[in-house]
Amino acid sequence: MNLLLTRNLSKVALAALVALLAGCQGGVLDPKGQIGVMEKELIITATILMLLVVIPVIFMTLYFAWKYREGRGEAYEPKWSHSTKIETVVWVIPIIIIAILGVITYKSTHALNPYKPIESEEEPVTVEVVSLNWKWLFIYPDLGIATVNELAFPANVPVNFKITSAGTMNSFFIPQLGSMIYSMAGMETKLHLIADEPGSFRGLSANYSGHGFTGMQFEAIATPTREDFQEWVEGVKASGEALTTERYEELAPPSQYQLDNPTKSHPVEYFATVKDGLYFDIIWEYMGDMGRIDFYGKPEYGAQLPEGVTLPQREPASTTHEAEEASH
Amino acid sequence: MSTSATAHHDAHHDEHHDTGRNTTLGFWIYLMTDCILFASFFATYAVLFMNTAGGVSGKDIFDLNLIAGGTAALLLSSITFGFAMISAYKKSKGGTLLWLFVTFLFGAAFIGIELYEFNHLIHAGHGPSSSAFLTAFFSLVGLHGLHVTAGLIWITVLFIDVAKRGLQDRTVTRLGCLSLFWHFLDVIWICVFSFVYLMGAM
Amino acid sequence: MNLLGKLSWDSIPHDPIVLTTLAFVAVGGAALFVFMTLAKKWGWLWREWLTSVDHKRLGIMYIILAFVMLIRGFADAIMMRTQLALSTNGGEGYLPPHHYDQIFTAHGVIMIIFMAMPFMIGLMNIILPLQIGARDVAFPFLNNLSFWLAVAGALLVNISLGLGEFAMTGWVAYPPLSGLEFSPGVGVDYYIWALQISGIGTTLTGVNFLVTVLKMRAPGMKLMDMPIFTWTCTWANVLIVASFPILTAALAMLTLDRYLDFHFFTNDLGGNSMMYINLFWAWGHPEVYILVLPAFGIFSEIVSTFTGKRLFGYKSMVYASGAISILGFIVWLHHFFTMGSSANVNAFFGIMTMIIAIPTGVKLFNWLFTMYKGRVRLEVPMLWTLGFMVLFSIGGMTGVLLAVPGADYVLHNSLFLIAHFHNTIIAGAVFGYLAGFTFWFPKAMGFHLDPKYGKISFWCWSIGFLLAFMPLYVLGFLGMTRRLNSTDNPDWNIWLYIAAVGAFVIAIGIASQLIQLFVGFKNKDKNLDKTGDPWNGHTLEWSLASPPQFYNFAKLPKVEDLDAFTDMKEKGTAYQRHESYEPIHMPSNTNAGPIMGLLSTALGFALVWHIWWLAGASFIGLIVAFICRAYASNTDYYVQPDEVARIENEHLDNVAKG
Repeated sequence: MNLLLTRNLSKVALAALVALLAGCQGGVLDPKGQIGVMEKELIITATILMLLVVIPVIFMTLYFAWKYREGRGEAYEPKWSHSTKIETVVWVIPIIIIAILGVITYKSTHALNPYKPIESEEEPVTVEVVSLNWKWLFIYPDLGIATVNELAFPANVPVNFKITSAGTMNSFFIPQLGSMIYSMAGMETKLHLIADEPGSFRGLSANYSGHGFTGMQFEAIATPTREDFQEWVEGVKASGEALTTERYEELAPPSQYQLDNPTKSHPVEYFATVKDGLYFDIIWEYMGDMGRIDFYGKPEYGAQLPEGVTLPQREPASTTHEAEEASH
Repeated sequence: MSTSATAHHDAHHDEHHDTGRNTTLGFWIYLMTDCILFASFFATYAVLFMNTAGGVSGKDIFDLNLIAGGTAALLLSSITFGFAMISAYKKSKGGTLLWLFVTFLFGAAFIGIELYEFNHLIHAGHGPSSSAFLTAFFSLVGLHGLHVTAGLIWITVLFIDVAKRGLQDRTVTRLGCLSLFWHFLDVIWICVFSFVYLMGAM
Repeated sequence: MNLLGKLSWDSIPHDPIVLTTLAFVAVGGAALFVFMTLAKKWGWLWREWLTSVDHKRLGIMYIILAFVMLIRGFADAIMMRTQLALSTNGGEGYLPPHHYDQIFTAHGVIMIIFMAMPFMIGLMNIILPLQIGARDVAFPFLNNLSFWLAVAGALLVNISLGLGEFAMTGWVAYPPLSGLEFSPGVGVDYYIWALQISGIGTTLTGVNFLVTVLKMRAPGMKLMDMPIFTWTCTWANVLIVASFPILTAALAMLTLDRYLDFHFFTNDLGGNSMMYINLFWAWGHPEVYILVLPAFGIFSEIVSTFTGKRLFGYKSMVYASGAISILGFIVWLHHFFTMGSSANVNAFFGIMTMIIAIPTGVKLFNWLFTMYKGRVRLEVPMLWTLGFMVLFSIGGMTGVLLAVPGADYVLHNSLFLIAHFHNTIIAGAVFGYLAGFTFWFPKAMGFHLDPKYGKISFWCWSIGFLLAFMPLYVLGFLGMTRRLNSTDNPDWNIWLYIAAVGAFVIAIGIASQLIQLFVGFKNKDKNLDKTGDPWNGHTLEWSLASPPQFYNFAKLPKVEDLDAFTDMKEKGTAYQRHESYEPIHMPSNTNAGPIMGLLSTALGFALVWHIWWLAGASFIGLIVAFICRAYASNTDYYVQPDEVARIENEHLDNVAKG
């Protein structure tokens, strides 16, 4: 019985190992960006550390069950139930492993903080991301363009994402580049990614948001050079479409295409111009009702506040994220 | 639930007096769960109280004089309940009934004041649907009010019980539980009054 | 006023899958009804079982509920796996989102709340009072009421199959998706009331068993003499009373948002959906320890029994469980590292989560060293335990990995996460319950389950589990997120196919569970447990007959050792004949529990469909029923000494013969 168990397990373990080594193209273990690479290394380090305990435990379980099974005539001590030495060891070993892992965790969590800008010689590209039901709107504030379900940026250039939602909560995620982060209405979250090589990566929502959730996928293109990126921008501008407030309000609800094809992605759309401060308007629709704006991540449009609106300042602006960032 | 006669209601009842202790301990633990329920609503209030959606904040709507009146009524009702318990332990049926009745009146006065406040706010356009602050305020205060109302119903039931059957052991145990409940609501109210009304009005 | 609220003919779903299911349920229900009527069993069922306040019978009914809901929840699971296997390469499969989204929501709710919880509470009901030498729980009527509230919740979930819809939000029901704006249907309302009603029942259970443990232990049993299963259940009950009120609060707020236009969690007017997510997990995380701690206790009892040894490091085990319980309360944020908390906050919660691995690791080592120099008997319960120790180690490891925020940033909400929590809940909690089920079945029912099918079930569950969930780990690494309806990535296909095969292997495992029950019943006379101590047990439940005398202990046992029954057997004080017995005070069965359960179901149903008159009537009915029960006079009776003597002597004669 035990032999069978061992054999089955070793088979599965082998299969899993082969799978992990061979079959991970396109996933988080096949990263194409600095953040993703660090995260992959973190996963591997942590796993190896834990295997130091897990493998002996699995082995000892099977070995003890075999060695001390009834009828084998091994030593039998029914009253033996305490040994200070062993108990110390079994407490200390996990404590040591977790202590090491804890240090790694503390350091890596700071290093990989999604809010931390990526250090680079290159001027970063800023993208404002809005999750709509059920599609992604990408606004390039510095370029004055916007797209739906297609994201482009040059490789080796940091990208600063500012993320919000117009409705339900989603999670913005490009597996091969690394970290994800939630998009929430009335709030702004931030994410900093970079692609180390050109390519086309799958992007998606990692948080279920309703019927059309499966179709919340987009293509993230890292162009080889800034020139190629510029070319892409020109292509977007050539569409001639303008994303006005009215057009946005048409775009925001679930599209007929998705209502008819609930598991498909909304087709890519390009907008040559975008209403100034549209992203701010989207956040402000709900954030305006909140007291401590700082806490929810204040959108950086101070100069373009709608007429008659001032940001309420109840608390000194030294809360959470911004203070965090300042310290980096 | 049964309507059958008291065939089994026999002389052995005094034998399992320890169930009274079980009941009291069980009720204590229940109160702790209730405490966590209130804590959740307090935490939510703390998160939402600044989210006034451009509408009124606590400073604009709290009438401290009114609330101080309600608070006084509730605090006094705790004292009078204490007298009811002293009477109950002394097996004084009349005293117990009298003090229960007084407690009921104070409790009802508190609820009356709360209903007046709520009614007033809703008619002034500051109902719980107006903003997250008002939502959290009405819910926290209302949750306490619901508890007090349940307490009033309970007082009524035990009043009838004492009046009809006198102060049996079981009834005294139940009065003890109700007393714990009532004092607990007082403590909760002191927190509501301090954190919601006083801090809100300052 | 519309007497039926929002209810109309259109509320019955037209989906062929649903209609077929309903037809099967109707036929099965009718057959059961005819059988019960022909056999004239209704009166018996009502008097002996449904109104019973006997903790052992309530426990059995809880476990029946758990098995029924396991089948319902598993039907959902196998539909999900087949849908995903059929909808590769951009195919659509056979479950459109409207249906599929309800299925994965129902699967989660049913498996956690209506399968695992009743299973755990059922085992605790049967065994815990016996282990501490008590005659019943502290509040037998409340125990019955708790059960019926759990049934009421389960009924509501299942009614949603035939009337209206279930929530399409995932089992966590995050707003704003679960708010009125994005979920205007009745699905979320079913979710709310099913969880709210059963959750209140669970809170009552927690209070009940805490008092039982604190006040009703046998003479001489100090807290540190309590059997380890009782201890882990006690920690679970501490967690229940400390965490379920938070769920009650979160659901109440969601209710107010949906029914009265409040703004706790809405996007507009200053609501904050993050608050729900925090509250939900402040309950949800302790909840997983509520499920798994008693399972740890079961494994401890089994390892100790089937190695014929004292449990190694009992004190460590008790403190480790306590540490897990306390730490379980300060880790909830690890469910949403990706919500934008600062690095320090994420690191704190990540490290706290990892620290839980320390006491858990200690437990694993203690089980190992219990086997060391023991006599390991590879009976079915022990197989489940060994399977657990091997598989759970993997689940624990992936759990610690997910607790590293940097890793969670890419693994969160992926199938890796799904694989992880199924690894802990199936290979941890469910294996534990199934082990406990086989272990204590002869105690509760008086005969053994069929071991052959027990072993088949174990192997199918284990292999099926590996086939179904190891591919999900891989898919998580490949970047596949949860709750997708279809996929178009050819790299994923093979893993989705293997996972579907795994689900079918588990199906055979579940079928074998049912066959072992069936065969066990069929060969009942051959497999009777006459002595009451079939496994050479250590704890007091094995000192009783199987099934135990309805009053449990004729004389309360005097406890002098941790392994109280082993101690008695060694000292020769077990199975003593007594000259005389005292009358035993017992609670009477009561109609109040089932009636209040029925009223709660009506209340929940009425609130779901906005049938206000029914809601009001059933709510008042509940209060009246409760007050009536509080003043009922025939709530107890006495078992006379001659009857006790007769039952005891019969048991002792059996022991002598055995």
